[in-house]
Amino acid sequence: MPDSRGASWFSINSCRANTGKILLAVCLLVFAGALGAPATHAREVRLIPQWVPQAQFAGYYMGLEKGFYKKRDIDLTIIAGGPLKQSSEYLASGKAEFATLWLASGIQMRDHAVPVVNIAQMVRRSALMLVAKKSTGIRTPQDLNGKKVGLWEPVFQIQPTAFIEKYGLDVTIVRQSYSVNLFLRGGVDVASAMWYNEYHTILNAGLDPDDLVTFFFHEHGLNFPEDGIYVLEDTFNQDPEMCQAFVAASIEGWRYAFAHPEETIDLVMKNLKAEHIPATRVHQKWMLERMQDLMYPAGEVFTPGELKYEDYARVAYALQDFGLINSVPDYNTFYRKCYDDTQK
Amino acid sequence: MILKNRGIAFKLNLLILTSVTLIFAAIFTYTYLFTRDMLVQEIEQGAFNLARATAKEIDSVLLAVERTPENVAIAMEQFRPQSTDFTGLIESSIQHSEEIYGATVAFEPYEYSPTIRFFAPYYYKGKEGMDFTYIPYDYIYEDWYQIPKELDRPVWSEPYFDEGAGNILMSTYSVPFYDLEGPEKILVGITTADISLAWLQNIVQAIKIGKTGYGFLITKNGTFVTHPNSRLIMNETIFSLAEARQDARLREIGQSMVRGETGFVSMNCEFTGQPCWMVYAPLSSNEWSLGVMFPKQELMAGVFRLNKIVLALGIVGFFVIMILIMAISGTITRPLRALTRVAEDVATGNLDAEMPKIKSRDEVARLAGSLEYMKTSLKDYIRDLTELTAAKERIESELQIARDIQMGILPKVFPPFPDRDDFDLYAEVEPAKEVGGDLYDFFFLDNEHLCVTLGDVSGKGVPAALFMTITQTLVKTRATQGLSAAEVIEWVNRDLSQENPSFMFVTMFFGIFNLNTGVMDYVMAGHNPPYIVRANGDLEIVESTKGMALGIREEARYESAKLTLQKDDMLFLFTDGVTEAMNPKNDLFSEERLEDLLRVIGRKPIKEVIARVMAQVHHFADTAPQADDITMLALKHKGND
Repeated sequence: MPDSRGASWFSINSCRANTGKILLAVCLLVFAGALGAPATHAREVRLIPQWVPQAQFAGYYMGLEKGFYKKRDIDLTIIAGGPLKQSSEYLASGKAEFATLWLASGIQMRDHAVPVVNIAQMVRRSALMLVAKKSTGIRTPQDLNGKKVGLWEPVFQIQPTAFIEKYGLDVTIVRQSYSVNLFLRGGVDVASAMWYNEYHTILNAGLDPDDLVTFFFHEHGLNFPEDGIYVLEDTFNQDPEMCQAFVAASIEGWRYAFAHPEETIDLVMKNLKAEHIPATRVHQKWMLERMQDLMYPAGEVFTPGELKYEDYARVAYALQDFGLINSVPDYNTFYRKCYDDTQK
Repeated sequence: MILKNRGIAFKLNLLILTSVTLIFAAIFTYTYLFTRDMLVQEIEQGAFNLARATAKEIDSVLLAVERTPENVAIAMEQFRPQSTDFTGLIESSIQHSEEIYGATVAFEPYEYSPTIRFFAPYYYKGKEGMDFTYIPYDYIYEDWYQIPKELDRPVWSEPYFDEGAGNILMSTYSVPFYDLEGPEKILVGITTADISLAWLQNIVQAIKIGKTGYGFLITKNGTFVTHPNSRLIMNETIFSLAEARQDARLREIGQSMVRGETGFVSMNCEFTGQPCWMVYAPLSSNEWSLGVMFPKQELMAGVFRLNKIVLALGIVGFFVIMILIMAISGTITRPLRALTRVAEDVATGNLDAEMPKIKSRDEVARLAGSLEYMKTSLKDYIRDLTELTAAKERIESELQIARDIQMGILPKVFPPFPDRDDFDLYAEVEPAKEVGGDLYDFFFLDNEHLCVTLGDVSGKGVPAALFMTITQTLVKTRATQGLSAAEVIEWVNRDLSQENPSFMFVTMFFGIFNLNTGVMDYVMAGHNPPYIVRANGDLEIVESTKGMALGIREEARYESAKLTLQKDDMLFLFTDGVTEAMNPKNDLFSEERLEDLLRVIGRKPIKEVIARVMAQVHHFADTAPQADDITMLALKHKGND
């Protein structure tokens, strides 16, 4: 029991970089900056995704496996993220040239004076959602009144809080841990969940989709796009072509992954095994399929990798309203477009 | 039908063996189903008993463990003991329990002391006796703390691997305790007991059903705690397994299990892939579910073996019956075949064919007796028949002679009077098979009177022939006595009537033709009227004199009439053998046909006329047998130049 990670630590969602970690990263960056970290033109680069090598990052691993980076003269190493290896920290300290971060985390870093730039917004839809059992009588947002709602740490509370305000709800907020057991046992009526992760865990604890009510924030005007690719501003300025090539290779990797799901799951399972992370194939398959839904949502017109201003503004101003950032960074300095349809 | 052409042995075999096979199949099926159902019931009962007993065994341990933190919680609520006191309580409770690995009392923030945010002293069994630590992290959001807190009741946690304790599988029982002094009860903290699940895994793994049956345990979430496939343990839930297998039924079974239900289902074993029964029952303490797989094939091996033996006996029985049938049917069919050969021999005429020796006294023996009797009877009959045939042949030859004689009475030489060229006369008789009774005749009474007669005796056979002969003779006798035509016929009638016990009669045309005048004095006695074909081709029917047939009434009177034949007129006499000739459809040749024919050919030479009429009658009759004599006589007057 003293081991805080318990049995379910591996199922922790990807991007739970908390503000403490970000501050640490800022300090490290300042330190690194004082040493005058050289920005070489060497094509050897490192990428750190914000969590373990699960299907959430399959596209990058597949791109590496298939040589999509290599053919663009990028000699890539992927560092597996995890609870002890925060991608924000690695990016800030220069231990990795490329990192994936949530858009909200990226904006927070920028606000905390870490000069990160978004070179590609990969995920278009927020996977964050609220889940309730129909047996509690919940059908509509209004039914949440008077219910116990499980929420994660502050960065995950922005959308639910805005949701609660939007519908004028009066709920009891319970801090939710990384497992969904509290929800499954009935300790909370409503749980936070990532569509590609906890939601499937709930299904695999025996609850049927018909037993559940879901509230996707992107369906309630609260879409916070999640995973994007980030570099330090210096890296981008010194070699924008490489950044463009990196994004193109990543997009190609994702396309390949979605086109070859079985091969991709094989690689994901292999990578997870190498990291000694227990995993089930069906869960990774679910995650890959949901990533496709989130990255290529049906009915939306967009250029892959594009960070739309409206999405940026929605997230940034919500962060500001929430007091998580002091000011909204300039969109044009924060986002550097590296890919358009004409590029290969 | 196929059977029709087959032998008795084949039919017997087919029908009896089919019936026997059907009966056997029915018995076999019933026996199989009955024994199987009985066994399944027994297995089901045994399975439930085993699952319940095992669940009870596990529960008894878990319930015993539950008492420790419950007692600590009561103590905390009742006495609010200070640290030194309750840590001793924890320590001793661990020492006194085999199963408990570690335990703590964890307080709500600042509940233990206003200066200490988190306070949770943790005792556990270290490598060298009891060890102690403070739980070093913000435990209040851990499942073991948060779930009982939010649910307000004790809770067993989902199992987890504890790295500190050597990566063993553990589960925690957490009991909330409260400050009961205030108006509302306020949560003070949670007491816990951690247990290793190794013993539980041992209990479940000890379940061995046959060679491949096994037990497994899943948690409230469906996570495998024990399973012979270690990859599943703590990694898969029964639902993720169902998803991977795309097995909706497995998911339903899993849902029933986590709902705490008890069940007995048939499914494919996850571990061996063989068909299994699975029984499941819940643990009452922590709501986990125990499943036990019973391999069908192993448990049903007895039934299958019994089935094989019964089936083998059935097959042996089948062949025994087949051989018996062949033997029995052989005893029937062998003499039958021999008798058949005899019958065939007899059929070809060999009445001395040797009968087979038949020892039995059954139906076959009776058949053989009948055949023997038939053979003897046949011999006698054939002998009789031979004699009869000889007699008949003799009679027939005599009849033939009679016939020849009868026909000999009729004049057959034409032209009958080659020195006379003032008339042509031609007659022809075509007798039916039997001796018949048609007659005709012609002769000169003197140099200018020609007597012509044509008659038909009723009936057939010898009497008719004799009657005809008498008539012919009488006519000739009376005609030459210088009487008129009517007188001749009256006399002949009287003669015939007087001695006519069998009431035979004869129809007749009798005429005396004056060759000088061409006038014929004629009498018709019940005869059909003849025709006259005039020289110009006109056809006339000779007027009837309305006399009755001869031989019926002695005192009958006859009148004569006269007809005149001019030069080249032809008188055509005939018997009803012509007009009543029948074709296969039973139509008569009829007067109309004859008249039509005579109109066409009547002026041809008389021999040809008769020949053509005869040919037409034969052509008309086609294949129909000739029933009556056909007689025609034609007289053509040439005049006296």
